[in-house]
Amino acid sequence: MSDFGDIATAACLIIGSAFILVGAIGLVRFNDSMTRLHAPTKVGTVGIGMLLLASMIHSGTLGQTSIHETLIMAFLFVTAPISAHFVAKVNMHRRACDTPPKPEQDETWATLNAPDQPEAQPATEKA
Amino acid sequence: MTGFLHRLFPHPLLTLLLALVWVLLQNEVTAGMVVFGLILGVIIPAMTAVWWPDRPSGFRLGKMMSYSVIVIWDIIVANIQVAWIVLTVPNSKLKPAWIVVPLELTQPEAITVLAGTITLTPGTVSSDLSTEGRSLLVHVLHTDDPDAVRDEIKTRYERRLLEVFS
Repeated sequence: MSDFGDIATAACLIIGSAFILVGAIGLVRFNDSMTRLHAPTKVGTVGIGMLLLASMIHSGTLGQTSIHETLIMAFLFVTAPISAHFVAKVNMHRRACDTPPKPEQDETWATLNAPDQPEAQPATEKA
Repeated sequence: MTGFLHRLFPHPLLTLLLALVWVLLQNEVTAGMVVFGLILGVIIPAMTAVWWPDRPSGFRLGKMMSYSVIVIWDIIVANIQVAWIVLTVPNSKLKPAWIVVPLELTQPEAITVLAGTITLTPGTVSSDLSTEGRSLLVHVLHTDDPDAVRDEIKTRYERRLLEVFS
């Protein structure tokens, strides 16, 4: 039984680390800020999820059931989209990405709706 | 009687959630911890009730559960797809795109859940809301057919959320 637990723990650790590695590779190799945003926010969730699962399985095999980790998971799932959302908004605000298309039903996007902002100021690279 | 119950539990789901989080934080299930969690679950909603005057009335927990299962499954599948894109598609062949999703959802809470779902699902990030909150701007990492992605968001997630927040 303990062997099975150890194997499961190791498998979870390897899968989780592999996803985190892929996230880091994506962060390095994509070439603009919007596509870069995709790699770490995503691959990170499952990566960290697997590491936490490994922690739960391991404490289970030691006989000290631990359920803390589900909370970390829950808080991560609630907060991760917000930081991604803010990075995306900053990109739009600095015109660091392609101009998005007009919304179908309203006049403009909330971020671009800043009245006293000079129009189309090109963002400087690597500020 | 119902008035009293409503005063005691203005937000029954929040009460349950707080009790559950408390027990999880303690990392052990004992009667004392459950009772203390429930006490917190009564006090905190009562003290914070002032700050959520317009919370959505119809919220179906069962539908939300099945929605969560679908989303978690999608996150796992899409993670593998995005990992594959990261490792195999060269920068020159990458086709990122903006997608405009016209919203049928009107409640802020429902739109928040939809935007969070889109961001958690790999390959898509919800970036902005239109000024009146009737369209959602989504950035896609790599797609050949932006319209198909938009239709999938609408049929797979938004239609279910319309049922959850009815």
